[in-house]
Amino acid sequence: MNYNWNWGIFWELNPEGTGTYLDMLLMGLRWTLAAAALAAVIALVFGSIIGVIRTLPGRALVLAGDAWVEFFRNIPLLVQLFLWYFVLPELLPRAAGIWLKTLPNASFWTGAIGVGLFMSSRVAEQVKAGIRSLPRGQSMAGTALGLTTAQTYRYVLLPMAFRIILPPLTSELLNTVKNTSVALTIGLMELTARTRAMQEYSFQVFEAFTAATLIYLALNAALTFLMRRLERAVAVPGYVTGK
Amino acid sequence: MSNSAAPMIEMAAVSKWYSPQFQVLKDCTTSVDRGEVVVVCGPSGSGKSTLIKCVNALEPFQAGTIRVDGINLSDPGTNLPKLRARIGMVFQHFELFPHLKITENLCLAQEKVLGRSREEAMAKGKALLERVGLSEHAEKFPGQLSGGQQQRVAIARALAMDPIAMLFDEPTSALDPEMITEVLDVMVELAREGMTMMVVTHEMGFARKVAHRVVFMDRGEIIEDRSKDEFFGSPRSDRAQLFLSKILSH
Ligand SMILES: Nc1ncnc2c1ncn2[C@@H]1O[C@H](COP(=O)(O)OP(=O)(O)O)[C@@H](O)[C@H]1O
Ligand SMILES: [Mg+2]
Repeated sequence: MNYNWNWGIFWELNPEGTGTYLDMLLMGLRWTLAAAALAAVIALVFGSIIGVIRTLPGRALVLAGDAWVEFFRNIPLLVQLFLWYFVLPELLPRAAGIWLKTLPNASFWTGAIGVGLFMSSRVAEQVKAGIRSLPRGQSMAGTALGLTTAQTYRYVLLPMAFRIILPPLTSELLNTVKNTSVALTIGLMELTARTRAMQEYSFQVFEAFTAATLIYLALNAALTFLMRRLERAVAVPGYVTGK
Repeated sequence: MSNSAAPMIEMAAVSKWYSPQFQVLKDCTTSVDRGEVVVVCGPSGSGKSTLIKCVNALEPFQAGTIRVDGINLSDPGTNLPKLRARIGMVFQHFELFPHLKITENLCLAQEKVLGRSREEAMAKGKALLERVGLSEHAEKFPGQLSGGQQQRVAIARALAMDPIAMLFDEPTSALDPEMITEVLDVMVELAREGMTMMVVTHEMGFARKVAHRVVFMDRGEIIEDRSKDEFFGSPRSDRAQLFLSKILSH
Protein backbone atom coordinates (compact mmCIF):
# COMPACT_ATOMS: atom_id res chain seq x y z
CA MET A 1 0.00 0.00 0.00
CA ASN A 2 1.36 3.30 -1.06
CA TYR A 3 -0.04 5.72 1.49
CA ASN A 4 1.37 8.97 2.78
CA TRP A 5 0.64 9.20 6.49
CA ASN A 6 0.24 12.77 7.62
CA TRP A 7 -1.06 13.26 11.15
CA GLY A 8 -0.26 16.94 10.82
CA ILE A 9 -3.13 17.28 8.35
CA PHE A 10 -5.51 18.38 11.12
CA TRP A 11 -3.60 21.61 11.55
CA GLU A 12 -3.51 22.41 7.84
CA LEU A 13 -6.04 24.81 6.37
CA ASN A 14 -9.07 23.28 4.68
CA PRO A 15 -9.98 24.45 1.16
CA GLU A 16 -13.41 25.70 2.32
CA GLY A 17 -11.74 28.64 4.01
CA THR A 18 -13.22 27.76 7.40
CA GLY A 19 -9.93 27.24 9.23
CA THR A 20 -8.05 23.99 9.73
CA TYR A 21 -9.27 20.47 9.00
CA LEU A 22 -9.69 20.02 12.73
CA ASP A 23 -11.97 23.07 12.81
CA MET A 24 -13.95 21.42 10.04
CA LEU A 25 -14.41 18.21 12.01
CA LEU A 26 -15.33 20.12 15.16
CA MET A 27 -17.92 22.07 13.19
CA GLY A 28 -19.36 18.71 12.16
CA LEU A 29 -19.30 17.59 15.79
CA ARG A 30 -21.33 20.63 16.73
CA TRP A 31 -24.06 19.67 14.25
CA THR A 32 -23.93 16.08 15.49
CA LEU A 33 -24.36 17.30 19.06
CA ALA A 34 -27.20 19.66 18.16
CA ALA A 35 -29.03 17.01 16.12
CA ALA A 36 -28.51 14.35 18.80
CA ALA A 37 -29.73 16.68 21.57
CA LEU A 38 -32.89 17.65 19.71
CA ALA A 39 -33.50 14.05 18.61
CA ALA A 40 -33.01 12.78 22.17
CA VAL A 41 -35.50 15.30 23.56
CA ILE A 42 -38.06 14.38 20.89
CA ALA A 43 -37.47 10.66 21.46
CA LEU A 44 -37.86 11.05 25.21
CA VAL A 45 -40.97 13.25 25.09
CA PHE A 46 -42.83 11.31 22.39
CA GLY A 47 -41.53 7.95 23.58
CA SER A 48 -42.76 8.64 27.12
CA ILE A 49 -46.19 9.81 25.99
CA ILE A 50 -46.66 6.89 23.59
CA GLY A 51 -45.26 4.40 26.11
CA VAL A 52 -47.69 5.62 28.79
CA ILE A 53 -50.62 5.62 26.37
CA ARG A 54 -49.95 1.97 25.58
CA THR A 55 -50.42 1.02 29.24
CA LEU A 56 -53.75 2.85 29.67
CA PRO A 57 -57.04 0.96 29.72
CA GLY A 58 -58.56 2.73 26.68
CA ARG A 59 -58.50 0.44 23.66
CA ALA A 60 -58.40 3.15 20.96
CA LEU A 61 -55.45 4.89 22.59
CA VAL A 62 -53.50 1.65 22.90
CA LEU A 63 -54.08 0.91 19.21
CA ALA A 64 -52.93 4.39 18.24
CA GLY A 65 -49.80 3.96 20.37
CA ASP A 66 -49.09 0.54 18.86
CA ALA A 67 -49.52 1.97 15.34
CA TRP A 68 -47.01 4.73 16.14
CA VAL A 69 -44.43 2.25 17.38
CA GLU A 70 -44.88 -0.15 14.47
CA PHE A 71 -44.65 2.65 11.90
CA PHE A 72 -41.47 4.23 13.23
CA ARG A 73 -39.82 0.97 14.21
CA ASN A 74 -40.37 -1.05 11.07
CA ILE A 75 -39.30 1.38 8.35
CA PRO A 76 -35.53 1.82 7.96
CA LEU A 77 -34.29 5.13 9.33
CA LEU A 78 -32.78 6.03 5.97
CA VAL A 79 -36.13 5.57 4.24
CA GLN A 80 -37.86 7.64 6.94
CA LEU A 81 -35.47 10.55 6.44
CA PHE A 82 -36.00 10.39 2.65
CA LEU A 83 -39.76 10.32 3.24
CA TRP A 84 -39.68 13.46 5.39
CA TYR A 85 -37.11 15.26 3.29
CA PHE A 86 -37.98 14.39 -0.32
CA VAL A 87 -41.51 12.96 -0.32
CA LEU A 88 -43.41 14.94 2.31
CA PRO A 89 -42.91 18.36 0.63
CA GLU A 90 -44.37 16.93 -2.61
CA LEU A 91 -47.46 15.62 -0.80
CA LEU A 92 -48.22 18.90 0.91
CA PRO A 93 -50.08 21.76 -0.77
CA ARG A 94 -47.63 23.56 -3.10
CA ALA A 95 -47.03 26.59 -0.90
CA ALA A 96 -46.41 24.52 2.22
CA GLY A 97 -44.10 22.20 0.28
CA ILE A 98 -41.99 25.09 -0.98
CA TRP A 99 -41.90 26.64 2.49
CA LEU A 100 -40.61 23.35 3.90
CA LYS A 101 -37.96 22.88 1.23
CA THR A 102 -36.62 26.40 1.60
CA LEU A 103 -36.58 26.41 5.39
CA PRO A 104 -33.15 27.49 6.66
CA ASN A 105 -31.22 24.42 7.91
CA ALA A 106 -33.97 22.15 6.54
CA SER A 107 -31.68 19.12 6.62
CA PHE A 108 -30.91 19.75 10.29
CA TRP A 109 -34.55 20.02 11.36
CA THR A 110 -35.65 17.10 9.20
CA GLY A 111 -32.72 14.96 10.30
CA ALA A 112 -33.06 15.66 14.02
CA ILE A 113 -36.84 15.33 14.07
CA GLY A 114 -36.67 12.24 11.87
CA VAL A 115 -34.12 10.50 14.09
CA GLY A 116 -36.08 11.65 17.17
CA LEU A 117 -39.34 10.13 15.93
CA PHE A 118 -37.56 6.93 14.88
CA MET A 119 -36.01 6.63 18.34
CA SER A 120 -39.30 7.52 20.06
CA SER A 121 -40.67 4.12 19.04
CA ARG A 122 -37.83 2.43 20.88
CA VAL A 123 -38.15 4.65 23.94
CA ALA A 124 -41.89 3.94 23.94
CA GLU A 125 -41.14 0.23 24.09
CA GLN A 126 -38.81 0.75 27.06
CA VAL A 127 -41.26 3.00 28.91
CA LYS A 128 -44.07 0.52 28.42
CA ALA A 129 -41.89 -2.36 29.60
CA GLY A 130 -40.78 -0.31 32.62
CA ILE A 131 -44.34 0.46 33.69
CA ARG A 132 -45.39 -3.15 33.08
CA SER A 133 -42.53 -4.41 35.24
CA LEU A 134 -43.95 -2.67 38.32
CA PRO A 135 -46.22 -4.73 40.58
CA ARG A 136 -49.88 -4.19 39.72
CA GLY A 137 -50.46 -3.28 43.36
CA GLN A 138 -48.49 -0.05 42.92
CA SER A 139 -51.05 1.58 40.67
CA MET A 140 -53.82 0.11 42.82
CA ALA A 141 -52.26 1.67 45.90
CA GLY A 142 -52.12 5.05 44.19
CA THR A 143 -55.69 4.74 42.99
CA ALA A 144 -56.88 3.55 46.39
CA LEU A 145 -55.42 6.68 48.00
CA GLY A 146 -57.61 8.78 45.72
CA LEU A 147 -54.94 9.80 43.22
CA THR A 148 -56.25 10.26 39.69
CA THR A 149 -54.79 8.16 36.88
CA ALA A 150 -52.58 11.08 35.82
CA GLN A 151 -51.36 11.60 39.40
CA THR A 152 -50.70 7.88 39.84
CA TYR A 153 -48.50 7.90 36.75
CA ARG A 154 -46.77 11.15 37.71
CA TYR A 155 -46.03 10.39 41.36
CA VAL A 156 -46.07 6.60 41.64
CA LEU A 157 -45.45 4.70 38.41
CA LEU A 158 -43.19 6.84 36.24
CA PRO A 159 -40.57 7.69 38.90
CA MET A 160 -39.90 3.98 39.41
CA ALA A 161 -40.37 2.98 35.76
CA PHE A 162 -37.78 5.52 34.58
CA ARG A 163 -35.30 4.42 37.22
CA ILE A 164 -35.70 0.82 36.09
CA ILE A 165 -35.22 1.63 32.40
CA LEU A 166 -32.27 4.00 32.80
CA PRO A 167 -29.70 1.39 31.61
CA PRO A 168 -31.56 0.56 28.37
CA LEU A 169 -32.31 4.28 27.89
CA THR A 170 -28.56 4.87 27.97
CA SER A 171 -28.12 2.53 25.00
CA GLU A 172 -30.94 4.27 23.19
CA LEU A 173 -29.24 7.61 23.80
CA LEU A 174 -26.01 6.26 22.29
CA ASN A 175 -28.01 4.92 19.34
CA THR A 176 -29.55 8.36 18.90
CA VAL A 177 -26.09 9.92 18.66
CA LYS A 178 -24.91 7.33 16.15
CA ASN A 179 -28.07 7.52 14.08
CA THR A 180 -27.65 11.24 13.45
CA SER A 181 -24.93 10.24 10.97
CA VAL A 182 -27.67 8.95 8.65
CA ALA A 183 -28.77 12.57 8.22
CA LEU A 184 -25.72 13.14 6.01
CA THR A 185 -27.79 11.53 3.24
CA ILE A 186 -30.16 14.49 3.31
CA GLY A 187 -27.29 16.94 3.38
CA LEU A 188 -26.66 17.57 7.08
CA MET A 189 -22.96 18.42 7.42
CA GLU A 190 -22.51 16.59 10.70
CA LEU A 191 -19.37 14.80 11.87
CA THR A 192 -19.47 11.86 9.46
CA ALA A 193 -20.22 14.13 6.50
CA ARG A 194 -17.34 16.44 7.46
CA THR A 195 -15.03 13.44 7.77
CA ARG A 196 -15.87 12.35 4.25
CA ALA A 197 -15.35 15.90 2.99
CA MET A 198 -11.94 15.96 4.65
CA GLN A 199 -11.06 12.67 2.99
CA GLU A 200 -12.13 13.97 -0.40
CA TYR A 201 -10.18 17.22 -0.07
CA SER A 202 -7.01 15.77 1.45
CA PHE A 203 -7.02 12.05 0.48
CA GLN A 204 -5.98 11.34 4.13
CA VAL A 205 -8.73 8.75 4.58
CA PHE A 206 -7.17 6.93 7.56
CA GLU A 207 -6.41 10.04 9.56
CA ALA A 208 -9.87 11.47 8.90
CA PHE A 209 -11.78 8.37 9.94
CA THR A 210 -9.47 7.66 12.88
CA ALA A 211 -10.31 11.13 14.17
CA ALA A 212 -14.05 10.60 13.60
CA THR A 213 -13.91 7.23 15.35
CA LEU A 214 -12.14 8.69 18.37
CA ILE A 215 -14.56 11.61 18.58
CA TYR A 216 -17.61 9.29 18.50
CA LEU A 217 -16.00 7.02 21.09
CA ALA A 218 -15.17 9.92 23.39
CA LEU A 219 -18.63 11.41 23.01
CA ASN A 220 -20.40 8.16 23.83
CA ALA A 221 -18.00 7.36 26.66
CA ALA A 222 -18.81 10.75 28.17
CA LEU A 223 -22.56 10.13 27.80
CA THR A 224 -22.24 6.68 29.34
CA PHE A 225 -20.32 8.15 32.26
CA LEU A 226 -22.95 10.85 32.81
CA MET A 227 -25.79 8.33 32.64
CA ARG A 228 -24.06 6.10 35.21
CA ARG A 229 -23.72 9.12 37.47
CA LEU A 230 -27.41 9.82 37.00
CA GLU A 231 -28.27 6.18 37.78
CA ARG A 232 -26.33 6.39 41.01
CA ALA A 233 -27.81 9.77 41.91
CA VAL A 234 -31.39 8.54 41.61
CA ALA A 235 -30.83 5.04 42.99
CA VAL A 236 -33.36 4.21 45.70
CA PRO A 237 -31.78 3.18 49.02
CA GLY A 238 -32.75 -0.34 49.98
CA TYR A 239 -34.54 -1.05 46.71
CA VAL A 240 -33.61 -4.35 45.12
CA THR A 241 -34.79 -4.80 41.54
CA GLY A 242 -36.71 -7.93 40.80
CA LYS A 243 -37.88 -8.17 44.38
CA MET B 1 -75.51 11.61 51.37
CA SER B 2 -74.17 10.44 54.64
CA ASN B 3 -76.86 8.72 56.65
CA SER B 4 -75.70 7.51 60.02
CA ALA B 5 -78.38 4.82 60.30
CA ALA B 6 -77.46 3.07 57.02
CA PRO B 7 -74.54 0.61 56.91
CA MET B 8 -71.16 2.05 55.96
CA ILE B 9 -70.68 -0.58 53.24
CA GLU B 10 -73.62 -2.23 51.52
CA MET B 11 -73.20 -4.84 48.80
CA ALA B 12 -76.29 -6.16 47.09
CA ALA B 13 -76.20 -9.05 44.61
CA VAL B 14 -72.77 -8.14 43.29
CA SER B 15 -71.60 -10.26 40.37
CA LYS B 16 -68.41 -9.98 38.43
CA TRP B 17 -67.03 -11.79 35.42
CA TYR B 18 -63.37 -11.77 34.36
CA SER B 19 -64.49 -13.33 31.06
CA PRO B 20 -67.83 -14.63 29.77
CA GLN B 21 -66.80 -18.10 30.95
CA PHE B 22 -65.43 -17.12 34.32
CA GLN B 23 -67.67 -15.58 36.96
CA VAL B 24 -65.48 -14.63 39.90
CA LEU B 25 -68.23 -13.17 42.14
CA LYS B 26 -71.72 -14.67 42.29
CA ASP B 27 -74.54 -12.63 43.74
CA CYS B 28 -72.58 -11.43 46.75
CA THR B 29 -74.65 -9.64 49.35
CA THR B 30 -73.32 -8.40 52.66
CA SER B 31 -72.85 -5.21 54.62
CA VAL B 32 -70.60 -3.59 57.17
CA ASP B 33 -72.17 -1.31 59.76
CA ARG B 34 -70.52 1.78 61.12
CA GLY B 35 -67.92 0.74 63.68
CA GLU B 36 -68.29 -2.89 62.74
CA VAL B 37 -65.39 -5.25 62.03
CA VAL B 38 -66.12 -7.91 59.43
CA VAL B 39 -63.60 -10.64 58.68
CA VAL B 40 -63.73 -12.27 55.26
CA CYS B 41 -62.15 -15.69 54.92
CA GLY B 42 -62.21 -18.61 52.54
CA PRO B 43 -59.93 -20.77 50.42
CA SER B 44 -57.36 -19.21 48.11
CA GLY B 45 -58.91 -18.17 44.81
CA SER B 46 -62.41 -17.90 46.24
CA GLY B 47 -62.70 -14.21 45.30
CA LYS B 48 -61.94 -12.46 48.61
CA SER B 49 -59.48 -9.98 47.13
CA THR B 50 -61.78 -9.31 44.21
CA LEU B 51 -64.71 -8.70 46.56
CA ILE B 52 -62.84 -6.27 48.79
CA LYS B 53 -61.40 -4.41 45.78
CA CYS B 54 -64.91 -3.88 44.48
CA VAL B 55 -65.71 -1.88 47.62
CA ASN B 56 -63.49 1.02 46.55
CA ALA B 57 -64.04 0.34 42.85
CA LEU B 58 -60.48 -0.82 42.23
CA GLU B 59 -62.20 -3.66 40.41
CA PRO B 60 -65.25 -2.98 38.26
CA PHE B 61 -68.25 -5.28 38.60
CA GLN B 62 -71.02 -5.97 36.12
CA ALA B 63 -74.12 -6.57 38.24
CA GLY B 64 -75.47 -5.54 41.62
CA THR B 65 -74.88 -2.40 43.66
CA ILE B 66 -72.36 -1.27 46.21
CA ARG B 67 -72.93 1.76 48.42
CA VAL B 68 -70.32 3.26 50.68
CA ASP B 69 -71.58 5.81 53.17
CA GLY B 70 -74.75 5.86 51.09
CA ILE B 71 -72.93 6.67 47.85
CA ASN B 72 -73.63 4.30 44.96
CA LEU B 73 -70.35 3.39 43.24
CA SER B 74 -72.05 2.70 39.91
CA ASP B 75 -73.75 6.09 39.81
CA PRO B 76 -72.11 7.95 36.91
CA GLY B 77 -72.16 11.09 39.05
CA THR B 78 -69.96 9.52 41.73
CA ASN B 79 -66.49 11.02 41.97
CA LEU B 80 -64.55 7.78 42.47
CA PRO B 81 -61.13 9.29 43.34
CA LYS B 82 -62.82 11.45 45.97
CA LEU B 83 -64.70 8.50 47.44
CA ARG B 84 -61.61 6.27 47.40
CA ALA B 85 -59.67 8.92 49.29
CA ARG B 86 -62.09 8.37 52.19
CA ILE B 87 -61.64 4.57 52.22
CA GLY B 88 -58.31 3.30 53.49
CA MET B 89 -56.85 0.21 51.90
CA VAL B 90 -54.01 -2.03 53.04
CA PHE B 91 -52.55 -4.60 50.65
CA GLN B 92 -50.93 -7.98 51.12
CA HIS B 93 -47.64 -6.70 49.68
CA PHE B 94 -47.75 -3.31 51.46
CA GLU B 95 -47.36 -1.35 48.22
CA LEU B 96 -45.44 1.52 49.74
CA PHE B 97 -43.91 3.71 47.04
CA PRO B 98 -40.28 2.57 47.03
CA HIS B 99 -38.75 5.81 45.70
CA LEU B 100 -40.34 7.94 48.42
CA LYS B 101 -39.14 8.29 51.99
CA ILE B 102 -41.55 7.10 54.66
CA THR B 103 -42.63 10.69 55.35
CA GLU B 104 -43.23 11.29 51.62
CA ASN B 105 -45.27 8.11 51.43
CA LEU B 106 -47.42 9.48 54.23
CA CYS B 107 -47.72 12.99 52.77
CA LEU B 108 -48.23 12.34 49.05
CA ALA B 109 -51.98 11.73 48.92
CA GLN B 110 -52.71 14.10 51.81
CA GLU B 111 -51.22 16.90 49.73
CA LYS B 112 -52.22 15.87 46.19
CA VAL B 113 -55.71 14.57 46.98
CA LEU B 114 -56.85 16.37 50.13
CA GLY B 115 -54.93 19.56 49.38
CA ARG B 116 -53.33 19.72 52.80
CA SER B 117 -50.28 21.90 53.28
CA ARG B 118 -46.90 20.27 53.74
CA GLU B 119 -46.84 21.23 57.46
CA GLU B 120 -50.30 19.83 58.06
CA ALA B 121 -49.55 16.61 56.17
CA MET B 122 -46.21 16.20 57.92
CA ALA B 123 -47.73 16.73 61.37
CA LYS B 124 -50.42 14.17 60.64
CA GLY B 125 -47.93 11.71 59.18
CA LYS B 126 -45.52 12.05 62.09
CA ALA B 127 -48.30 11.56 64.62
CA LEU B 128 -49.41 8.36 62.89
CA LEU B 129 -45.85 7.08 62.62
CA GLU B 130 -45.53 7.62 66.34
CA ARG B 131 -48.73 5.72 66.83
CA VAL B 132 -47.53 2.67 64.89
CA GLY B 133 -44.21 2.89 66.72
CA LEU B 134 -41.97 3.87 63.80
CA SER B 135 -41.01 7.49 64.44
CA GLU B 136 -37.30 6.78 64.22
CA HIS B 137 -37.72 5.45 60.66
CA ALA B 138 -39.36 8.59 59.24
CA GLU B 139 -36.45 9.48 56.97
CA LYS B 140 -35.84 5.98 55.65
CA PHE B 141 -37.00 4.42 52.41
CA PRO B 142 -39.45 1.49 52.37
CA GLY B 143 -36.76 -0.93 51.18
CA GLN B 144 -34.82 -0.25 54.38
CA LEU B 145 -37.66 -1.47 56.61
CA SER B 146 -38.74 -5.00 57.50
CA GLY B 147 -42.01 -6.35 56.13
CA GLY B 148 -43.83 -5.79 59.41
CA GLN B 149 -42.59 -2.22 59.61
CA GLN B 150 -43.58 -1.56 56.01
CA GLN B 151 -47.08 -2.84 56.65
CA ARG B 152 -47.42 -0.61 59.71
CA VAL B 153 -46.35 2.35 57.57
CA ALA B 154 -48.93 1.30 54.97
CA ILE B 155 -51.62 1.34 57.66
CA ALA B 156 -50.44 4.77 58.81
CA ARG B 157 -50.52 6.00 55.21
CA ALA B 158 -54.15 4.91 54.89
CA LEU B 159 -55.08 6.43 58.25
CA ALA B 160 -53.48 9.75 57.28
CA MET B 161 -56.42 10.29 54.92
CA ASP B 162 -58.88 10.21 57.89
CA PRO B 163 -60.79 7.30 56.36
CA ILE B 164 -64.41 6.48 57.19
CA ALA B 165 -63.61 2.78 56.72
CA MET B 166 -60.55 0.57 56.29
CA LEU B 167 -60.14 -2.37 53.93
CA PHE B 168 -57.43 -4.95 54.56
CA ASP B 169 -56.52 -7.61 52.01
CA GLU B 170 -54.53 -10.33 53.78
CA PRO B 171 -52.34 -7.77 55.54
CA THR B 172 -50.20 -10.36 57.32
CA SER B 173 -49.93 -13.21 54.84
CA ALA B 174 -46.73 -11.92 53.20
CA LEU B 175 -45.03 -11.51 56.58
CA ASP B 176 -42.61 -13.71 58.43
CA PRO B 177 -44.38 -15.22 61.44
CA GLU B 178 -42.51 -13.11 63.99
CA MET B 179 -43.79 -9.91 62.38
CA ILE B 180 -47.45 -10.81 62.22
CA THR B 181 -48.21 -9.76 65.78
CA GLU B 182 -46.87 -6.22 65.45
CA VAL B 183 -49.25 -5.62 62.53
CA LEU B 184 -52.22 -7.34 64.14
CA ASP B 185 -51.69 -5.30 67.31
CA VAL B 186 -52.13 -2.09 65.32
CA MET B 187 -55.28 -3.50 63.71
CA VAL B 188 -56.74 -4.65 67.00
CA GLU B 189 -56.22 -1.19 68.45
CA LEU B 190 -57.95 0.36 65.44
CA ALA B 191 -60.87 -2.01 65.79
CA ARG B 192 -61.23 -1.21 69.48
CA GLU B 193 -61.31 2.50 68.67
CA GLY B 194 -64.40 1.87 66.58
CA MET B 195 -62.97 1.97 63.06
CA THR B 196 -65.22 0.37 60.46
CA MET B 197 -63.15 -2.47 59.03
CA MET B 198 -63.46 -5.14 56.38
CA VAL B 199 -60.57 -7.55 56.75
CA VAL B 200 -59.63 -10.44 54.50
CA THR B 201 -57.49 -12.65 56.70
CA HIS B 202 -56.86 -16.17 57.83
CA GLU B 203 -55.81 -14.99 61.28
CA MET B 204 -58.67 -16.55 63.20
CA GLY B 205 -57.16 -15.31 66.45
CA PHE B 206 -57.70 -11.77 65.21
CA ALA B 207 -61.25 -12.66 64.13
CA ARG B 208 -62.07 -14.11 67.55
CA LYS B 209 -60.63 -11.11 69.31
CA VAL B 210 -62.23 -8.19 67.45
CA ALA B 211 -64.53 -9.30 64.64
CA HIS B 212 -68.24 -8.74 64.94
CA ARG B 213 -69.08 -10.86 61.94
CA VAL B 214 -67.36 -13.41 59.74
CA VAL B 215 -68.06 -13.84 56.05
CA PHE B 216 -66.97 -17.13 54.52
CA MET B 217 -66.50 -17.31 50.76
CA ASP B 218 -65.97 -20.21 48.41
CA ARG B 219 -65.82 -20.20 44.61
CA GLY B 220 -67.10 -16.65 44.33
CA GLU B 221 -70.04 -17.11 46.64
CA ILE B 222 -70.72 -15.92 50.15
CA ILE B 223 -71.49 -19.21 51.89
CA GLU B 224 -71.73 -17.93 55.45
CA ASP B 225 -72.30 -14.45 56.81
CA ARG B 226 -72.82 -14.70 60.53
CA SER B 227 -71.92 -13.25 63.88
CA LYS B 228 -68.52 -14.31 65.13
CA ASP B 229 -69.94 -16.47 67.91
CA GLU B 230 -72.28 -18.26 65.55
CA PHE B 231 -69.55 -18.80 63.00
CA PHE B 232 -67.01 -20.25 65.39
CA GLY B 233 -69.70 -22.03 67.36
CA SER B 234 -71.25 -23.99 64.54
CA PRO B 235 -70.48 -23.13 60.94
CA ARG B 236 -73.38 -24.66 59.09
CA SER B 237 -71.79 -25.43 55.75
CA ASP B 238 -69.49 -28.39 55.20
CA ARG B 239 -67.17 -26.19 53.22
CA ALA B 240 -66.74 -23.71 56.07
CA GLN B 241 -66.20 -26.55 58.50
CA LEU B 242 -63.55 -28.11 56.26
CA PHE B 243 -61.85 -24.73 55.81
CA LEU B 244 -61.81 -24.03 59.55
CA SER B 245 -60.44 -27.44 60.40
CA LYS B 246 -57.64 -26.92 57.87
CA ILE B 247 -56.51 -23.51 59.02
CA LEU B 248 -57.01 -24.14 62.71
CA SER B 249 -54.96 -27.33 62.58
CA HIS B 250 -51.76 -25.32 62.10
N1 LIG C 1 -57.20 -9.93 36.73
C1 LIG C 1 -57.70 -11.18 36.72
N2 LIG C 1 -58.06 -11.75 35.56
C2 LIG C 1 -58.57 -13.00 35.53
N3 LIG C 1 -58.76 -13.77 36.62
C3 LIG C 1 -58.43 -13.25 37.81
C4 LIG C 1 -57.88 -11.93 37.94
N4 LIG C 1 -57.64 -11.69 39.24
C5 LIG C 1 -58.02 -12.80 39.90
N5 LIG C 1 -58.49 -13.74 39.06
C6 LIG C 1 -59.03 -15.06 39.43
O1 LIG C 1 -60.18 -14.84 40.17
C7 LIG C 1 -60.27 -15.77 41.23
C8 LIG C 1 -60.40 -15.06 42.55
O2 LIG C 1 -59.21 -14.35 42.81
P1 LIG C 1 -58.99 -13.56 44.16
O3 LIG C 1 -60.10 -12.61 44.35
O4 LIG C 1 -57.63 -13.00 44.12
O5 LIG C 1 -59.09 -14.72 45.23
P2 LIG C 1 -58.61 -14.77 46.74
O6 LIG C 1 -58.23 -13.38 47.14
O7 LIG C 1 -59.79 -15.29 47.48
O8 LIG C 1 -57.47 -15.71 46.79
C9 LIG C 1 -59.04 -16.65 41.14
O9 LIG C 1 -59.40 -17.82 40.46
C10 LIG C 1 -58.10 -15.85 40.32
O10 LIG C 1 -57.25 -16.67 39.58
MG1 LIG D 1 -56.38 -12.65 47.77
